[in-house]
Amino acid sequence: MYIIVAGGGKVGFHLAEELLAQHHEVLVIEREPGRAGQVREELAGNVMTGDACEATNLDAAGVSRADLVAAVTGDDEDNLVICDIARYRGVRRTIARINNPRNELLFQKRGIETTISATQAVLAQIEQELPTQMVIPLLQLHSGLELVEIKLPDTSPVVGRSVREVLLPAESLISLIVDPGGVPRMPSGDTRLAAGDALVVVSRKETLDILKEQLIGSTHGLDT
Amino acid sequence: MNVVVMGCGRLGARIAGILDKEGHAVTILDVNESAFRRLPEGFKGRRQVGNGMDARTLERAGIEQADAFLALTQGDNRNYFASQLAREVYGVQRVLCRVYDPLREEIFRDLGLETFSPTSFGAQIMVDMLSKEPARR
Repeated sequence: MYIIVAGGGKVGFHLAEELLAQHHEVLVIEREPGRAGQVREELAGNVMTGDACEATNLDAAGVSRADLVAAVTGDDEDNLVICDIARYRGVRRTIARINNPRNELLFQKRGIETTISATQAVLAQIEQELPTQMVIPLLQLHSGLELVEIKLPDTSPVVGRSVREVLLPAESLISLIVDPGGVPRMPSGDTRLAAGDALVVVSRKETLDILKEQLIGSTHGLDT
Repeated sequence: MNVVVMGCGRLGARIAGILDKEGHAVTILDVNESAFRRLPEGFKGRRQVGNGMDARTLERAGIEQADAFLALTQGDNRNYFASQLAREVYGVQRVLCRVYDPLREEIFRDLGLETFSPTSFGAQIMVDMLSKEPARR
């Protein structure tokens, strides 16, 4: 496929890199000469210096024979103009990066079906992951220590055990337990762990995987 | 007529002033508050600081009740974006869009906007002027 990537920023550059690796014919159009030179060096050619919003530049890039135009600049208005001009020139498929999720409706109304919003994607990911995520990083402490929150699932091997009985990696410490009702407790050796407890644990970064295995169980997360 | 004007440059301020004098309800938008100094004395319309490409700003400016929207910022793409927003999302009946780049203007017109290019319009007028006798000596 011949693919035109409008915008040679981080998104455009990495996109072009991947597409070239997949043996597509790729041309990046970048407005800023310095950046264009940089990208040209990294991608061994395949770069045109110019404003992709100008129809003459798109024409020079051979837009009419492009199978796909991806408008991935940091400005939504530019991406809309690029997609609309490309479609006006006969390109069937256009993909737009949307920076402000509120602009998605307009792109849809204009018939630009595929819109990619990083903000939206990250938001969706957060919404999707938060309720199920088992190890939530809270804070990086000094000397490689990290503060994490781990919520014990029903299947956790430590449910019903006392804190004393739980085997943790070296230099790890259960520092706080918040029960499912939201009540925080300072754990003692006799405190019994229950499903739904949120444990705030200090641990070394390198041993987080072991910690996770011991508190959540080794199979968790593999069955999704 | 309810009119929303985006961009309080020389042209925007002038048009807003004329429409206001004619008795229309005008709201003028600009990202810089200082731009409103260009408005004529006695301007009775509403001035609102904000970006016309932002849906919320447009709504606060009363785009849903607007009969006309004029996109007059310095940026062709910004004008195009806001014009399409007014037309496609808010269903404004008359949307006028200023476009400096003559080629883009042609395309935007074909894409359904009422466009005006001061570049091609000005060029044509000056060429016509040259072909005639000077108006006064």
